[in-house]
Amino acid sequence: MTDELINLTLHVWRQRGPNGPGSFETHHAKDITTHMSFLEMLDVVNEDLIEKGEEPIAFDYDCREGICGTCGMVVNGVAHGPQKLTTVCQLHMRQFEDGQEIWLEPWRAQGFPIVKDLVVDRSGFDRIIQAGGYISIRTGSASEANEMPIAKDVADRAMDAAACIGCGACVAACPNASASLFTAAKISHLSLMPQGQVERADRARKMVAQMDAEGFGACTNHGECEAVCPKGVSLEWIARMNRELVRAMVKSKTPA
Amino acid sequence: MELRSHEPTGPIEERWAKHKEASKLVAPANRRKHNIIVVGSGLAGGAASASLGEMGYNVKCFCYQDSPRRAHSIAAQGGINAAKNYQNDGDSVYRLFYDTVKGGDFRSRESNVYRLAELSLHIIDQAVAQGVPFAREYGGLLANRSFGGAQVSRTFYARGQTGQQLLLGAYQALSRQIDAGTVEMFARHEMLELIVHDGRARGIVTRCLNTGKVTPHIADMVVLCTGGYSNVFYLSTNAKGCNCTATWRAHRKGAAFANPCYTQIHPTCIPQAGSYQSKLTLMSESLRNDGRVWVPRKKEDVTKQPRDIPEADRFYYLEERYPAFGNLVPRDVASRNALYVTNDGLGVGPAVNGERRGVYLDFADAIGRLGEQTIRERYGNLFEMYERITGDNPYETPMRIYPATHYTMGGLWVDYNLEATIPGLFVGGEANFSDHGSNRLGASALMQGLADGYFVLPFTVGNYLGHIRTLPPLSEDHPDVQAAIQAVDDRVRKLMNAPDPKHAPEHFHRQLGKVIWEKCGMSRNAEALEEALEKIPELREQFWREVKITGSGKDLNQTLERAGRVADFFELGELMCIDALNRKESCGGHFREEYQEKGEALRDDTNFSYVAAWEWTGNPAEPRLHKEPLTFEYVKPTKRSYK
Amino acid sequence: MQRALTLYQTTIGKKVVMALSGGIIVGFVIGHFLGNLNLYLGPEALNGYAAKLHSMPALVWGTRILLLFAFGAHIGSAYQLWRRNVTARGSHYKRRKDQATDYAARTMYWTGPILLLYLIYHLLEFTILPTHPGDVYRNVVEAFQNPWISTFYIAGNLALGLHIFHGIFSAFQSIGANHPRYNSYRRDLAIAISAVVTLGNLSFPISVLTGIVTL
Repeated sequence: MTDELINLTLHVWRQRGPNGPGSFETHHAKDITTHMSFLEMLDVVNEDLIEKGEEPIAFDYDCREGICGTCGMVVNGVAHGPQKLTTVCQLHMRQFEDGQEIWLEPWRAQGFPIVKDLVVDRSGFDRIIQAGGYISIRTGSASEANEMPIAKDVADRAMDAAACIGCGACVAACPNASASLFTAAKISHLSLMPQGQVERADRARKMVAQMDAEGFGACTNHGECEAVCPKGVSLEWIARMNRELVRAMVKSKTPA
Repeated sequence: MELRSHEPTGPIEERWAKHKEASKLVAPANRRKHNIIVVGSGLAGGAASASLGEMGYNVKCFCYQDSPRRAHSIAAQGGINAAKNYQNDGDSVYRLFYDTVKGGDFRSRESNVYRLAELSLHIIDQAVAQGVPFAREYGGLLANRSFGGAQVSRTFYARGQTGQQLLLGAYQALSRQIDAGTVEMFARHEMLELIVHDGRARGIVTRCLNTGKVTPHIADMVVLCTGGYSNVFYLSTNAKGCNCTATWRAHRKGAAFANPCYTQIHPTCIPQAGSYQSKLTLMSESLRNDGRVWVPRKKEDVTKQPRDIPEADRFYYLEERYPAFGNLVPRDVASRNALYVTNDGLGVGPAVNGERRGVYLDFADAIGRLGEQTIRERYGNLFEMYERITGDNPYETPMRIYPATHYTMGGLWVDYNLEATIPGLFVGGEANFSDHGSNRLGASALMQGLADGYFVLPFTVGNYLGHIRTLPPLSEDHPDVQAAIQAVDDRVRKLMNAPDPKHAPEHFHRQLGKVIWEKCGMSRNAEALEEALEKIPELREQFWREVKITGSGKDLNQTLERAGRVADFFELGELMCIDALNRKESCGGHFREEYQEKGEALRDDTNFSYVAAWEWTGNPAEPRLHKEPLTFEYVKPTKRSYK
Repeated sequence: MQRALTLYQTTIGKKVVMALSGGIIVGFVIGHFLGNLNLYLGPEALNGYAAKLHSMPALVWGTRILLLFAFGAHIGSAYQLWRRNVTARGSHYKRRKDQATDYAARTMYWTGPILLLYLIYHLLEFTILPTHPGDVYRNVVEAFQNPWISTFYIAGNLALGLHIFHGIFSAFQSIGANHPRYNSYRRDLAIAISAVVTLGNLSFPISVLTGIVTL
C-alpha cells in the first residue's frame, strides 16, 4: 500500500437549476492521496469551497459501495470514469496521474433533467418500473416457496439481469440517450422467472411504452451502455426485450 | 410515560394468531378514507407502503433518496434467515426464536422474537412470488447456507446482493401501488418534524431537498421506517445519507428512545486509509472461515512487509486466546480483540492521526492448503473489491481489516404492535428498538425489516385505525401544525446563520464520531463515557456557533441537509453515552470493561434485565429513564462463553 | 401514462421495421452482386442474364415494388428514429470518449444518405437512362472506364460495406435473434456478408480500370 500525493485540475459543470444555463468551472484539487475514492476527493474540494465561502459542487452519492446506484457522473467523457465495472464512488484516485486534467459532467439526457450541477432527476426510471416492472402478488397470498422449482441456470440468468442498480450510466453513455439497457434488464429478469409469465406480455408493452414516453432515444446497438455498466449488465437483454415486445404485440388480444 | 408492551399472553406459539384475532379491522370501503404517512422506503417502509396501499389505504411514502429503490437496505450482502428447514437439519420456528433470543444476549422481548421467527416463513414465500432471484440448487429448489456460526443452514441468499434483490422486490410492489394510485411517493423529501395533535401523531413536516420547500402533511397516523443511527460514529458501513433525524424529531416530541447504547460492530471491514475517509466498507464475515487473523508480536515490526515477518514473530491472537473457536469467535469478541491489540501498538497499515488501526487477515495458509483456485472461487469477488479499494492484492499480501459499526439495535421504543409511546406513531425495521436485544445475529436484519413491513404493520395499523375510527379533521392552519412548520423554518434559518461560521458540518461530525467511537465504541468504561459526556456538549455548542453552510436554503443544498442530520446526531450521541453509562453490565454489543469475568462479558440479569427507554425532557443531558422489565418464560438466560 | 400502442408506434417496433426492411434490401444486394458476377463471363453472359430477368416482368416488378416498399419503410423509420435520438440527448457533452462502438455504427446516419444518393445515381445511369439500352455489358464497362465514375462507385460500395456490416449485426439484436451460445457468430456473419459483397462489388470497377475486363 504505497501512498502518493497528486494534484489535479478539475473542470466541473456548474448549473444552478434545471433551466439555468450551465458552464464549466475550474477547481484545483491539491495533495490528493491516491487512496482516496473519487467522491472523497470531491468532498475535500467541497469542504475547501465551503470554508472559502463558496457553494460546493452538488453531486449525488449515498452508499459509496457501488450498490445503491445513486452516484454517477461523466469523468473525462466516460460514465463512472475510466475503471471498468466500477461506479464512480468505488473509483479510486490511483487511477489518475499527477497533474491530470479532469472534466466532470452530469448525465446528459432529455429524460434526465439536471437538478443542479452534477445531480440529475432519474425519476423516469421509476416511472418505467411503475408502468409494469413488477409481479402482482398480494401480500400474504403467496404459496409455499419451494412449490415452484426453478432451474438453477434460469435463476442465475435472472439474477444477472436483476443486478442492475438503476444508476443511469447506460443512458448517459448511449449516443442516443436510450434507456434500453435499464428497461431490458427488468423485462428480462421478470420474463425469465416462471412467476413472471402471467403478466409477461402486458409488462413488456407497458414498460416499453413508458420508456418511449419519457423521451429516451432508441437503441442503435452501439454497445456503449454495456461497456460502462458498473454491474456488467449485458446487451443480450436488449435483444431479449425486443423479442418480448414483438411476442407481446403478436399475442396480445387487447386492442391497440 | 407508561411503557405497556401489549404483549399477548398464553402459549408463545399462539400469541400472534390470538392477537390478530382480537385486533380491530377496517372494512375495505372505509380504508380509502384513512390517510397513512410512511417515512422511509427500505425493506420495512417499502413493504409497509406497498402492503397498506394494496389493502386500500391512502398512503403517502417519503424518502430522502432520489428513488425509493436506493434505501440502504440495498447494501445488505449476506442473506435472510427463515426457519423453513429445507435442509432437513432440524431447524424450526422455535429454534430460530431460541437462537435469536440467545444471540441477543437475553435483552429482547420473547413474544416479539417468536413472532419474527414465525413470520420468517412467509417472507420467503412472498419474496419468491415477487420474482426475487434467490440462489437455487440444481434440482430447482431454494439453496441455503449457514451464516454467522448458526448450527443450521437457514440463510437464503441472492449472490452477495440479497438486500438489493429483496429491496427491489419491495420497491416493485411499491411501484405497482404508485401506479394504482394508492401510494403517493415523495422522493428527495426529508422529514424534519413530527406533528402531534391532541396527543396523537397526525403528520409530518417535510423539506423538499430539490427546492427547499417546507410542507406539512397531515394524516391519521405516521409510520417511521427510517433505519438506524450508525452514522453517529461518522465512519460506519452505512450509506452517507443514513441519519437519525426522523426518529430523533419523534423522540423530541415524546417518543421514548430505547437502548441507544446497543450498537453492533462488524469485525471484517476495510480499515480507514486516511483522515479524509468518508465511510467504511464491509466485507463478508465468511472471510474468517479461511483467513487467519494476526498482528506482529513486536512493535518495531508493524511497518515491515508482512511477508518479511517470520512465523515466530506473528501473534495469532484469536487462535491463542480462544483455542476452541479461534478465528471464528463471535463478532463482538473478534472486534474487541482487534481493538486491544492495536491499543497495544501492534496495529498495522497506514497511520491515521498517529494510530495504526488494522490487523492482518492472512490467506497464505488457506491458499497453500486449498490452492489459489479454490480461494478464488470462494472469495474472488471480495478479493477484487478489496483490491479496488486498497490497491493491494490479497492473494499476495495479507488483507488488512478492522471493525466498523454497521447496525444499531437500539431505536424508538415500541410495543408489540410496533406503536411508539406517542399514540398513532408506529416504527418498523431498524428504526425501532427491535427484536435483536443487545446483539443481532447475521442475516436477521432483512428478516426483521420485511416481517415488520409486510406482515406486522398492515395488521397493527388496521387495529389502530379500527379503534380510533374517525379523527376530527386537522387543518394546516391549526397552531400545532403551524408550530411544527415554524420549528423547521427556524432550524433551517439557525443552521444557515451561525454566529461565527467557520467549518463545514463534516468537520464537526468527524469530531463527534471520533469521541463516540473511542469512548462509546467496542469497549466502554465509566471514565471514558463521562469524558464523552463532557466533550459532546462542548462540541455541540461549537457546532451551532461555527457551522458554515454556503448557498441558499431555497434549492438543492447538500451541506444544509448534512448539517441538520449532524445536529441531531449530537443529541443522540449524548443519549447513547448516558445509556451506556447507566447499563452497568456487559451484554451483546455493549461491553463495559468493568463488568467482565476472565475477559468474557458479564451480564447482570438481577439488575439490568430491562429495556431502557429514555424520555426527552428538553435537556439532552437529563433524559428520564423508564424501564420495561424483561421476563423469559421459554429461553432461560445462560452465559455466553467462547473459550 | 401511455398504455397500449401498436408495435410500429414504439421505438423498438421501428427498429424491427428497419431490421426487416434492411434484411430485404441486403437480400437483394447479395442477389444483385451474384448476378453481376456474370460480368467476368463476358458480354453474352451478362446481357443474356439481363434479358432473362426482363423476360419475367412479374419477378422484376414484384422485386421493384417490394424494394420500393422496403426502402420507404427503412428510410421512414430511420428518419423518425434519428429525429428522436437527436433530441433525446438534450445538451451535448464537452468530452465524450467512446468505449465500445465502432466506425460503422457511428457513421450509419452518414452512410445511409450517401447510399441513397448513390442509389439514385446508379438507377439513373444503368436502369433509367442507360447509354446503350439492352447492352448492359457495354454500359458498365464504358462507365467504369471513366475514373471519376469508378471512384464514385468505389466510395459508394465502401459506404455500403460499412452500412450493412453494422446493419446485419444490429438487425439480429433488433428482432431479438439472440442466444448466449451463438451470439459471437452474429458479428462473424455480419463481417462475412459485408466483406464478400463489398470486395466483390469493388472488384467490378477495379477490374475495368486495370483492364482485366474490357469491351
